[in-house]
Amino acid sequence: MPLNVEIVTAEQVVYSEEGVERLIAPGADGELTVLPQHAAFITTLSPGELRIVKGGEEEAMAITGGFLEVRNDRIVVLADAAERVEEIDIARAEEARRKAEEAIREQRYAGDLAQTQASLQRALMRLRVGQRRGRRGRPGSPRPG
Amino acid sequence: MTTAREIRRRIRSVESTAKITKAMELVAASKMRRTQQRALAGRPYAERLTWVLADLAEAMGLAEADTVHPLLRRREVERASVILITPNRGLCGGLPTNLNRRASALTLDLGVPSSLVAIGRKGRDFFRRTDMEIQAEFTELGDYPEYLDILPISHIVIDDYTAGRVDQVFLVYAYFVNTMTQEPRVRQLLPVEPPSDEATRAVDYIYEPGREAVLGELLPRYVEMQIYEAILEANASEQAARMVAMHNATDAAEEMIEDLTLARNKARQEQVTSELLDIVGGVESMTA
Repeated sequence: MPLNVEIVTAEQVVYSEEGVERLIAPGADGELTVLPQHAAFITTLSPGELRIVKGGEEEAMAITGGFLEVRNDRIVVLADAAERVEEIDIARAEEARRKAEEAIREQRYAGDLAQTQASLQRALMRLRVGQRRGRRGRPGSPRPG
Repeated sequence: MTTAREIRRRIRSVESTAKITKAMELVAASKMRRTQQRALAGRPYAERLTWVLADLAEAMGLAEADTVHPLLRRREVERASVILITPNRGLCGGLPTNLNRRASALTLDLGVPSSLVAIGRKGRDFFRRTDMEIQAEFTELGDYPEYLDILPISHIVIDDYTAGRVDQVFLVYAYFVNTMTQEPRVRQLLPVEPPSDEATRAVDYIYEPGREAVLGELLPRYVEMQIYEAILEANASEQAARMVAMHNATDAAEEMIEDLTLARNKARQEQVTSELLDIVGGVESMTA
């Protein structure tokens, strides 16, 4: 009996196919292959490449982490919707804190300039992630821009 | 007595208002559909993640053993934090007011000092006038935020919680009941209350690299997912509320136009009558 594979992120269902022969995933303890009749199983995933073999053809996609659940020949991959880049999160968290503090200090909102700066910063960070993705990602990646 | 010209001017002004509110209604309707689709698209992930956590909670007896992971640990609450999700813009009926009122009531009920993480301008501006500490603000998420955009929010609350700066974290957001109804809802985010699911424990899963390790990876994502879901839900609510408010405004404007048109016609008729009387009177005085 072939496998039923579903790859979902918090943003969308990325892949949903039946009749998959095998799935190769970057598990926490190294690469693992899931074939039909696999035992019920849940593992964390490391950043790497997820490969799905269906009808003799292999399809690969980059994932940055998440979970894999196998049960009764049904595989659900809970893939991370976004690359966890700690520095960016911290930077943006600090930015949000700073804005709140600034507002209290000034008791008013600097309006346009601050907003333009913040959105520029946002765009720059996006760009940075985009560059990383460009290098590592590929079509069919479960991390849509 | 207003003259026909004044009334005509008012009609034109109300007509242009109606055009604007109609346009806003249509924009909100289309945005509502898109925000709803996004909320639905994330459901399978949320369900699955919740399910795995429920299974782990059952297997590890997390309901009792809250010392397994820092995000589960319950402490005596001395400081609380409220993540308040409100719209950035008004013209959406009573939604922001209801949310702010709910958040105020919550902080009063808690009876401990609390701080605010404001997502959206309406909540921020409201609490800026109170003595509540605003810890951080996120006012540029837009109508369709991505998962990436909410990671800094979860970073702040998880960081504050694990560092012991806050002992309890709540989410206050607008729950989308249907297009006509959106209600403020409060949800405890931290400490994580493990969900329970009747259907779990039907299968004995093998956990790799181990239950604790999977749990450790899962809990932060569970927190993120709840924030993300609440924001999507709140956005759909905002658009629905705006759509309804603008629909009512358009209706009111159209009604006003009808009344004014009636008044204009009356005024014109009176003017014609009085002019006729003038002419008739003039003719009579000449022939007399």
